[in-house]
Amino acid sequence: MDINTLRGLATVLAAIAFIGVSLWAYSSHRKTAFNEAANLPFADDDLAEGITHSKQEKNNNE
Amino acid sequence: MMTEAMHPTYNYKVVRQFAVMTVVWGIVGMAVGLLIAAQLVFPALNLDLPWTSFGRLRPLHTNAVIFAFGGSALFATSYYVVQRTCQARLISDKLAAFTFWGWQLVILLAAITLPLGMTSSKEYAELEWPIDILITIVWVAYIFVFFGTLIKRKTKHIYVANWFFGAFIIAIAMLHIVNNMALPVTAFKSYSAYAGAMDASIQWWYGHNAVGFMLTAGFLGMMYYFVPKQAERPVYSYRLSIVHFWALIAIYIWAGPHHLHYTALPDWAQSIGMVMSLILLAPSWGGMINGMMTLSGAWHKLRTDPTLRFLVVSLSFYGMSTFEGPMMAIKTVNALSHYTDWTIGHVHSGALGWVAMVTIGSMYHLIPRLWGQTQMYSVTLINAHFWLATIGTVLYIAALWVNGITQGLMWRAVNSDGTLMYSFVESVVASGPGYIVRAIGGAFFLTGMFLMAYNVWRTISQAKAAENKGHSATLEASA
Repeated sequence: MDINTLRGLATVLAAIAFIGVSLWAYSSHRKTAFNEAANLPFADDDLAEGITHSKQEKNNNE
Repeated sequence: MMTEAMHPTYNYKVVRQFAVMTVVWGIVGMAVGLLIAAQLVFPALNLDLPWTSFGRLRPLHTNAVIFAFGGSALFATSYYVVQRTCQARLISDKLAAFTFWGWQLVILLAAITLPLGMTSSKEYAELEWPIDILITIVWVAYIFVFFGTLIKRKTKHIYVANWFFGAFIIAIAMLHIVNNMALPVTAFKSYSAYAGAMDASIQWWYGHNAVGFMLTAGFLGMMYYFVPKQAERPVYSYRLSIVHFWALIAIYIWAGPHHLHYTALPDWAQSIGMVMSLILLAPSWGGMINGMMTLSGAWHKLRTDPTLRFLVVSLSFYGMSTFEGPMMAIKTVNALSHYTDWTIGHVHSGALGWVAMVTIGSMYHLIPRLWGQTQMYSVTLINAHFWLATIGTVLYIAALWVNGITQGLMWRAVNSDGTLMYSFVESVVASGPGYIVRAIGGAFFLTGMFLMAYNVWRTISQAKAAENKGHSATLEASA
């Protein structure tokens, strides 16, 4: 096969990959997982609150 | 550094160190930038010394702002974000400390060797081979710390910001190693392993992807965490962020040849560079819209929160420069813009408007939290900084648009007999006023950075004072 045919095919493969990623990302059964992921920046806020407490406790124990 | 109030879960020490150095190197790098901008207005400012001449200080400026300021900001934010979104401590405190001290050593060596004229002459990769090896070692440690922390995460998903940080870290390792392949001649001199047009092609594959992965993907990682955090709402579309990620990293890697239009690089390679740069508009704007729309329903926060304003205006500049970039990559436009000040203006609309402003906004969110505070010492100073930075950037880029187009038109103007209408030096004279305005814009931006340094210093000392007070109060109580 001519190398240029391979190069042409690479373009087609890239297009298929892009469409594949888009379909996957926008498929409805990914919705809950993505919602969970999107909220990760806020998921450890309780943890951060707890940390200030434990810090005070640590100071009190000293 | 402080020893008290160390975070029990996360390693905040290394984040604090990098955050403080972000501000320090920002001031140093931008001060050198202002000096060389002033040298273009007053050439006597080169002091007639080789070490302070424009040609040696310019790479010092670019290395300081990209790798010292931008690099420290990326280390700080990636270590912070990966810990907080994975709910896991960095995999190794020792290795994280090694990346901090190693990276500072790289910066120090750059600050010594570049003014001495030691350079491999590759733009944004000027450092000589022993320093390149040190960078590689530090970077491998960075890969281990970042991905090791991802692996030991307690959360199910890997948050999208970490995808961008991860892509940035891997791509920079690849680019750095390939482009810096060289044959050492002495301890301070080496020659590129590649020759001719191939060397140029690899250099700009590196150069543009330093923009694409260091200055874009890395800072988009920052955007995807700090914009939602500061706006207190999740990102507008997580699905779009996934398509954004894969499209951006797949396309950016091809855009480099637009730096070599009308050169000895084969025409087909130039055309690929142009087309890929044009396609790049789509993922770039997808990301910008995703960041902006995160504020939908919360636009009123911009009125009272200058930190959020920094983040949103950085996205506006990102959108503007990622529109300008593809336009400038079109060969016919490039025929006018290339080698003129327009290019430098474009770079700074990205570097000041996007990279620096998203960093500053992120730091104003990050720094108080690192020291157990709810906000910075002075919100008024953040607001003043915001206006200095915005006005400074606009003055800078507007001056260089005017200069760039003037230069491009003067250089291509021909008389009816085909001879050039202007000599080069006439275009330099015509650029004089623009250089003055550019230096003023830079001075605005740098002044803002000094306000930031003061604000950061007061925030940290306030936190220390509060801690000491709390400490002595508990001592009295227990006595």
